[in-house]
Amino acid sequence: MVNEYLTTKDVHLFYGQKEALKGINLAFPQTGIHALIGPSGCGKSTYLRCLNRMNDLIPSVKITGEIELDGVDIYQPKTDTVELRRQVGMVFQQPNPFPFSIYENVAYGLKLSGRQSKEFLDERVEQSLKQAAVWEEVKDQLGDSALSLSGGQQQRVCIARVLAVQPSVILLDEPTSALDPVSSNLIEEMLLTLREDYSCIIVTHNLQQASRISETTSFFLNGSLIESGPTKEIFVEPKKQETDDYLSGRFG
Amino acid sequence: MDPIKTKIQTRSKETRQEIWGQLLSYAAIILIVAVVCSIFMFVASKGLATFTKDHASLRDFLFTTDWSPTTMGKDGRPLVGALPMIAGSFGVTVLAVIFATPFALGTALYMTQLAGKHGQKLLQSVTELLVGIPSVVYGFIGLNVVVPFVREHFGGSGYGILSGAFVLFVMVLPTITSLTVDSLRAVPSHYQAASLALGATEWQTMYKVTLRAALPGILTAIVFGMARAFGEALAVQMVIGNATLMPHGLLTASSTLTSVLTMGIGNTVMGTVGNNALWSLALVLLLMSLLFNLVVKWIGRKGRI
Repeated sequence: MVNEYLTTKDVHLFYGQKEALKGINLAFPQTGIHALIGPSGCGKSTYLRCLNRMNDLIPSVKITGEIELDGVDIYQPKTDTVELRRQVGMVFQQPNPFPFSIYENVAYGLKLSGRQSKEFLDERVEQSLKQAAVWEEVKDQLGDSALSLSGGQQQRVCIARVLAVQPSVILLDEPTSALDPVSSNLIEEMLLTLREDYSCIIVTHNLQQASRISETTSFFLNGSLIESGPTKEIFVEPKKQETDDYLSGRFG
Repeated sequence: MDPIKTKIQTRSKETRQEIWGQLLSYAAIILIVAVVCSIFMFVASKGLATFTKDHASLRDFLFTTDWSPTTMGKDGRPLVGALPMIAGSFGVTVLAVIFATPFALGTALYMTQLAGKHGQKLLQSVTELLVGIPSVVYGFIGLNVVVPFVREHFGGSGYGILSGAFVLFVMVLPTITSLTVDSLRAVPSHYQAASLALGATEWQTMYKVTLRAALPGILTAIVFGMARAFGEALAVQMVIGNATLMPHGLLTASSTLTSVLTMGIGNTVMGTVGNNALWSLALVLLLMSLLFNLVVKWIGRKGRI
C-alpha cells in the first residue's frame, strides 16, 4: 500500500490464556476509510482498540507485535498514551456524550491541555460541530445537556468531540449500529467528507455500509485476518472461500 | 348454570390470595404512616405548648441565649433562649462534615477507581465496621482521647464544639463514604472510556467526568452525613461540656439540641414548662431532619439526568 501511516505487524493479543488476535498485519494510509468486517467475536473491535491502546484498561491483556503510527512504535514503554489518544480518536458503538452541555462536550478534549481562550474554544467547537454535520441542528442550544438530543445527534456530537482535538486517525467502533437508518445515512455522508483529511478505520456489521463508504476492507475471522484489499475486490471477487461465505450470508 | 360460567364468575384461589396480599400491604403502609404522623403530632403538641400554654415567645426561643425554662424573665415569660443549642448543633454538624468530606471523597475515589479487589474489600469492611460501633464507644474514646488531645494542642478545657466535631467526624465518615461510593459506582463506565479516549489522564477523568457526573449523589451523601451528625446525641454529649451558654469559640464548653435533651428529659416532670421547653427543642430537631430529607429529595430531582 502506498503511504503507510499506521502499520501493524504480527499483532497478537491474549486475554489471559485465550488468544484473541492471531498475528494481524495491516497498514493504513493517511487518508481514506478502511472497513473492518467479520462475524461477532472475531476480534475486529479488539484490534481497533489496540490502535489507541484502550485495551490497556483491561487487566490481564497482553499484546505482542509492532504497531507504528507515523513510524513511531506506540507500544514502547515511554509512549505517552495521552498524546497517542489525542492523535488516534475513537467513536464508540453507543453514543456516549458526557452529561454536560453540548458545548462542554465538544470543548472537553481541548480544555484537557490547559486553559484556552474563549474565542479559540468557540471557533473550534463551531468548526467541529459543522464538520460533524450537526451544527445546524444544535447551534441554538449549545448550552443544553447533550443527553437531551436524539441518539443520532448525540453520536454526531461525539464525533465532533473527537474532531475538536484534531486527531489524524479516527477509530469508529460500529458507530451507527445503535441508530436509525436516517441518522446512519447522515453519519455515512459525513464520513465521506472526513475521509479527505483523516484516516478513518470503521468496524461495522453492516456490509452495505462497508461497501458504500470504504476504499479498503479487511475481513476478520476467529482472531485472524483472512483477507484485506480494495473494497470492490473483496465484495465482488473475494480470493478466500471464507470471505465469500461470509459475504453471501452462509455464516456470521 | 353451566360449570364454566360458575367457574369464571367466582373468585379463584389466586385472586383471593392477591386481594389478601394487597390488604396486608395497605395495612402495613397505613400503620407506618399513622406512627409517623402521631410522632409528629405528639412532638408538635408538646413542643408548641411552650409557646401556647406557657406563653414563651418564639422570638426569644430562636434568638436569645438565656436557657433557664423554669425561671421567669422580667417580662413574665419563661427564659427559653435556645440559640446556644441551635448554634452548637449547627457548629458541630458543619465542622464535622467539613472535616469528613475530603476524607470520604478520597476514600471513595480510591475504592472505586484505583484499588484492586482486595483493597476494595478491606476498605469496605472497615467502613462497615465504623458504622457498627455503638455511639457510646465513640463518646468514650472521645472523652479519653479527643478531649485531652484538644486540651493539650488547642487549649481550653478540651470540652467543646471542636471535640464534638472530631468525634462526629469519625461517625459521619462511613455514612458519607459509603453513599459516595454508591454514587461513583453508578457513573456509567462509558463516560470514563470516552474521556480516556480523548486523551485525558486518569486523574483528569476522575476529576472532570466521574466526580462531576456523581455530584448530585455526593451532595446527597453530605446531607445524609449532616443529618446523622445533627441527630447524634450520646457521643456528642460526652465531649461537648454541656454548658447551655452561647459558644464563644470552638474550645469553650457548649451544648447541642440533642445533648440538652438527653441530659434534661429525665429530670423534668411531664407537663411543666421545663419539660415542654425540651419538647420544643425536640421539635426543632424533627423539623431539621425533615428539612434534610427535603434537601436530599430536591437534589435527587435536580440531579436526575
